[in-house]
Amino acid sequence: MPNPGSNGSFQHRVIEATPGGEVLITCLQCGTCGGSCPSGPDMDHTPRRLFAMIGAGMQDEVLRSNTPWYCVSCYYCMVRCPKEIPITDIMYTLKNMAVKAKLYDDSDAPDWSKSFIGYVESYGRSFELGLATRYHLTHKPLSKVGLGSFGLGMLSKDRLSLRPHRIKGIGQLRAILGKAKELEAVQ
Amino acid sequence: MRYAYYPGCSLGRSAWPYDASTRAVSEALGLELVEVDDWNCCGASEYFSLNKTAAYALVARNLALAARQDGLKQLLAPCSMCYLNLRKTDHYMGKYPKLGKTTNAALAAGGLNYTPGSLEVRHLLDAVVNDVGLEAIAAKVTQPLAGLRVACYYGCLMVRPEFNGSSFDDPEYPIQLDRLMQALGAEVVDFPLKAHCCGGHMTQISADTAFELIRRLLHNAAEYQADLIVTVCPMCQLNLDAYQPQVNRHFKTDYHIPVLYFTQMIGLALGMAPERLGVGGEFVSAAEALAKIGETFEVAPAGAPARRKRDEKALPMPGQKGEA
Repeated sequence: MPNPGSNGSFQHRVIEATPGGEVLITCLQCGTCGGSCPSGPDMDHTPRRLFAMIGAGMQDEVLRSNTPWYCVSCYYCMVRCPKEIPITDIMYTLKNMAVKAKLYDDSDAPDWSKSFIGYVESYGRSFELGLATRYHLTHKPLSKVGLGSFGLGMLSKDRLSLRPHRIKGIGQLRAILGKAKELEAVQ
Repeated sequence: MRYAYYPGCSLGRSAWPYDASTRAVSEALGLELVEVDDWNCCGASEYFSLNKTAAYALVARNLALAARQDGLKQLLAPCSMCYLNLRKTDHYMGKYPKLGKTTNAALAAGGLNYTPGSLEVRHLLDAVVNDVGLEAIAAKVTQPLAGLRVACYYGCLMVRPEFNGSSFDDPEYPIQLDRLMQALGAEVVDFPLKAHCCGGHMTQISADTAFELIRRLLHNAAEYQADLIVTVCPMCQLNLDAYQPQVNRHFKTDYHIPVLYFTQMIGLALGMAPERLGVGGEFVSAAEALAKIGETFEVAPAGAPARRKRDEKALPMPGQKGEA
């Protein structure tokens, strides 16, 4: 295993994939991140411990962790971190890596994200009704009984579109996203 | 005061009261909003979870379109998520040259380009408080919100993170919305959780996690006897309002706290009719709370037909034949 932080190590790859990520190696292990996290109790590792595990090269354990998927992206940890580590961005990096390595079986979150961007890539805008229907029918539909009244309420308040809106430049947007994915793949 | 304006997907429907009140109030306050032509979704937090290069490119298309429109230099977003994504992409493209270069290489595939820093991305609240100004707003108030106890809820993404050590309000204990509500005559209650998270997309992925965060916020507002919660973000409004009945069932509680947008509050104080401001579009009715300031309005009963006719076409799915 390469030394922590050296070229090719897991830590190095996390840093490389995160804008401003190089300060990760300065983590003091103070725990301010986990203490500030609204979903900390649901995470299998606090962000602090996850960073120690990254340093220790525990790639599989880190990418199988539910921690990044429970990150609600509230940025509390990030504004409080004494070393100004871009913690939320590191969580995004870990999610990207876990999806690529297909190591996320514990969480419904990746499928939610995929359904969401499916509509964005098709239409250029999000489409809440289609998204919710598609996702909830394929994810524990029996546990979603309460959602019926929610959906009807949204409809009666005219808060759900029945059809998505497609932008005019959808071809242009797809060309941009296609190129971006190509560039991501070679990084 | 003229701005490029990025409404975002939520204002197109689930947050239509925010859209209606923003348009009405901007006109009254002299904020001219020029909608970015053919804008696309900002990707929320979902695209960043799967493919960061594509996520930045998705946001950057909006920046590129806005920057070439009518020579406008400021881009306003009313949604905190859109605001963060636009602001962060502009900032990161400038601060991290590699990211800027990659993002522009992707944009070039669509014939676009964006020079970081060409736009200043701002939240609508920032423009209202700092460009229009509280004195000017107070001078236009005809129906002061006197006697109404409001909890000002900021959520996360309007105030965090700071870029270059700056943000238009404090990231942990913001006060600008409090000052605005005071200028409208409202009684602003203490609300210690004012910048805590509403759970974001967790209502969909892990409802128990989200419900606990929502419960804390409702409990906190109730502890300080708030008549209503005022918000600046469609996601916060949706979670606190539309999920309030489910949260009550989940915890066997009985909260009944309406959640309105700050633009609706401004409109009411300026004497506009509640219907024009989309009041009544909330799940938890604001009728009782607003009766305290003498506002009465018709609320559509639950189950009433939607404003628009039902579209008979089948529900489209991504990747469906003919859509690719």
